[in-house]
Amino acid sequence: MKKYLLFLLLGASLTACTFDNYDPPSSVLKGRIVYKGEPIGVEYNNVTFELWEPGWGKKGSINVTVDQNGSYASTLFDGNYKLVIPSYQGPFKSIRNAETQSDTIPVQVRGSQTLDLEVLPYYMIRNATFTGGESKVSTQFSIEKIITDASAKAIEEVALYISKTDFVDVRTNIAAQVIKGADLKTMSGIQLQVTVPKLTPTQNFVFARVKLKVSGIEDPIFSPIQKVTY
Amino acid sequence: MKKMHYLSCLVLMLVSWSCNDEKFLDKDPTNILTNDKVWQSPNLVLTVLVDLYDRYPDMQSTERWVEYANFDEAFASSSGEYYRHKNQEYSYDWWNYWDYGYLREMNLFIQKCEQATQLSAGDKTRFLAEARYLRASFYFEEVKRMGGVPLILEPLAYDFSGDPTYLQHARAKESEIYDFVIAEMEAIKNDLPADANVKSRASKGLALATEARAALYAGSIAKYGVNTPQVSLPGGEVGIAADKAAGYYQKALKAAEELIALGQYSLYLKKPTDLQDNFASLFTDKSNNAEVLFVKDFKLKSGKTVDWTINNQPRSVAEEQQGGRLNPSLNLVQSFEKLDNTFAPYAYTEANGGYRYFSNPLELFAGRDARLGGTVILPGSQFKSKTVDIWAGYILANNSIITGDNFGSRKVLPGKTTEEQVVGFDGPIDGLEYSAQTGFYVRKYQDPTVGSGQLGTRSEVWWIRYRYAEVLLNAAEAAFELGQSAKAAEYLNQVRKRAGFTKDLVAADLSFDRIVHERKVELAFENHIFWDLKRWRLAHVVWNGNATDLTTQPGVATETSTRIFGLWPYKIYAPGTEQNGKWVFKKIIPSNVTNPHRFRLGNYYSFINEDIRNNNPKIVKNPNQ
Repeated sequence: MKKYLLFLLLGASLTACTFDNYDPPSSVLKGRIVYKGEPIGVEYNNVTFELWEPGWGKKGSINVTVDQNGSYASTLFDGNYKLVIPSYQGPFKSIRNAETQSDTIPVQVRGSQTLDLEVLPYYMIRNATFTGGESKVSTQFSIEKIITDASAKAIEEVALYISKTDFVDVRTNIAAQVIKGADLKTMSGIQLQVTVPKLTPTQNFVFARVKLKVSGIEDPIFSPIQKVTY
Repeated sequence: MKKMHYLSCLVLMLVSWSCNDEKFLDKDPTNILTNDKVWQSPNLVLTVLVDLYDRYPDMQSTERWVEYANFDEAFASSSGEYYRHKNQEYSYDWWNYWDYGYLREMNLFIQKCEQATQLSAGDKTRFLAEARYLRASFYFEEVKRMGGVPLILEPLAYDFSGDPTYLQHARAKESEIYDFVIAEMEAIKNDLPADANVKSRASKGLALATEARAALYAGSIAKYGVNTPQVSLPGGEVGIAADKAAGYYQKALKAAEELIALGQYSLYLKKPTDLQDNFASLFTDKSNNAEVLFVKDFKLKSGKTVDWTINNQPRSVAEEQQGGRLNPSLNLVQSFEKLDNTFAPYAYTEANGGYRYFSNPLELFAGRDARLGGTVILPGSQFKSKTVDIWAGYILANNSIITGDNFGSRKVLPGKTTEEQVVGFDGPIDGLEYSAQTGFYVRKYQDPTVGSGQLGTRSEVWWIRYRYAEVLLNAAEAAFELGQSAKAAEYLNQVRKRAGFTKDLVAADLSFDRIVHERKVELAFENHIFWDLKRWRLAHVVWNGNATDLTTQPGVATETSTRIFGLWPYKIYAPGTEQNGKWVFKKIIPSNVTNPHRFRLGNYYSFINEDIRNNNPKIVKNPNQ
């Protein structure tokens, strides 16, 4: 009698185990935030967009964080998602989606795929070049104003940041030169230069990029990161 | 085996038998009080109310010293708390508050109090007014932290139908919550005792002070919200329309002036000959203190005591191996004006960059606002009648430094043969917890009585939530924003005279920066700076994440102040020269301050947890998160 009971219990517990055993998500949705095919650089951990999968009891979005170089990746279950870039995220405006007639982008996930999200930035940093030498890092770049209609915004400041690692922004920089938007005389051939401070442990390279902050927009836009030896 | 069965059957029968006797089980419980019992006796009702008072929310207070180290006012000299100076940003859910359990109990209290039949009319009116005061204060705290929240004014009950949607309420507008707080204060002010001796319970003066503060907050959000248009929601749950500003400022001024006209409160001035000491005593003197409106009180040997003094007493005069945790920053210390009404950083270097020499470290801080010494324990000043021992080491003639790595370390100085002390018993020693790592200790609220620094005794100094000087500053700010600068100057001057300023400000001297600055120095370590910078929409400007040097314009409201600086005194050891034994100062940045503070737009209103929004889909998310 007791033996059977034991087996019964064992059996019950075994079958119960399979109840919530399902495969982990495996479809990777990845891509970049781009303007005409060119990725838009942002701060790490500070620009996100939302993926919503309707039809579930609880409502909550999957927040996808955009990397410094404008790329993103998220591992998902197959399904139909709605992708929204909230209006306050990123140094850009989202483009009206033709299908939904709103800023919502429908995304069908059936296996891994690459999806570049086209947006409309306020400005683009063009042709940023970095040179190093004699303990200095200098850059030259141009600025192109993309949004010129009534919703155009002024430049609050531009800055050159250098950093010990390839995380480069206001939080991690070791030296910066900042120019206020009002003091910016030209939009092309802008030159900035910083002196590299003494580093411990010493390294003969730093990572650099240029920031442009649009006034009234929290997230700045960045040029690609470049390793510079000096 | 069979016997056992019989036996158990017998017992079972016995038990079920006795159960039938109703009188046997129907007894009054001896360990709990039922509703009926409680609502017969005003004393028992008061105990319920006391619990509600006890749960009054504070963000910073003397019970939570470490919360003062989040911003630029102070450094946390305690190894578990250094992360506050290493964070790259504040998380969005920091400071969130969603205590609807507390609200429900207040709503239940109000409901039951209204239904109570055996209380006297006087008791009932006062209890009701007090509970409504606490409920409005709860909403005030909610709106400060979260923006508009669901406005629930009665206890909600679930009908077990399986469909809870009728219990889901959307967030009210931010302005509606402020309007509620203001209206409640107006409604209850005359039900509360107009007695300045009522300090740990609500009084008429307190209702007016709360109304003034709430209206002022709403007014400034309306006015300065235009600087951050992104910090708003389309439904008005966050953000107040700019055209409402003047109305709120008028209400604030009216409420503050009504309180002033009561004539029951005045600025504390029991020690007019020593204004520094006077300012320090204001916070610790519990007898006939006419400045204080509302406190959380403590009492020795009652189980309700506070450990602010234990945590923060100077190590050199400490009564335990405890203290020194909160170190005010040079950023704050240099904000105190000179007595000629001008601002200046401390002149510790000569024009050519060399040291200035002082025969006493206090010389550097002479001629400043008396509130400086009342708020901060400066090097060379006294606490509990003993001089604190803050000095970082000896500087030799060749500019090299001799110092130690523990409190009061001893070493042999060059040219000598015996060891002697080479660093203060309070430090500063970089990275040594409990030493004055910025060169300063906090004085405000520190209890000067013997035993206050002992773990076994602790302290009974109260925590002041509202005091008269803030009411005057609120009146001044509201008057200034309404264009009545002369009136604003008059209110400011009252507070400034008590701080030792002899030259009054005139209307032309007044500016927004003056108002900001006056609050910063008067109300430091009193749970104001954070809410003030938020409502002025200056938090993201002042704590902008840029690792800038210490500002040289401490009177300018928009100056960046993201990292904590310190000022260390050293003694000169150069026998035979005239500088020998003199004091010099060095500006430092503690090595644990590795990252600047960065307040993002999403920090203005705290994150509402995913759970709350899942359970009630009508709750909208706060902006920029």
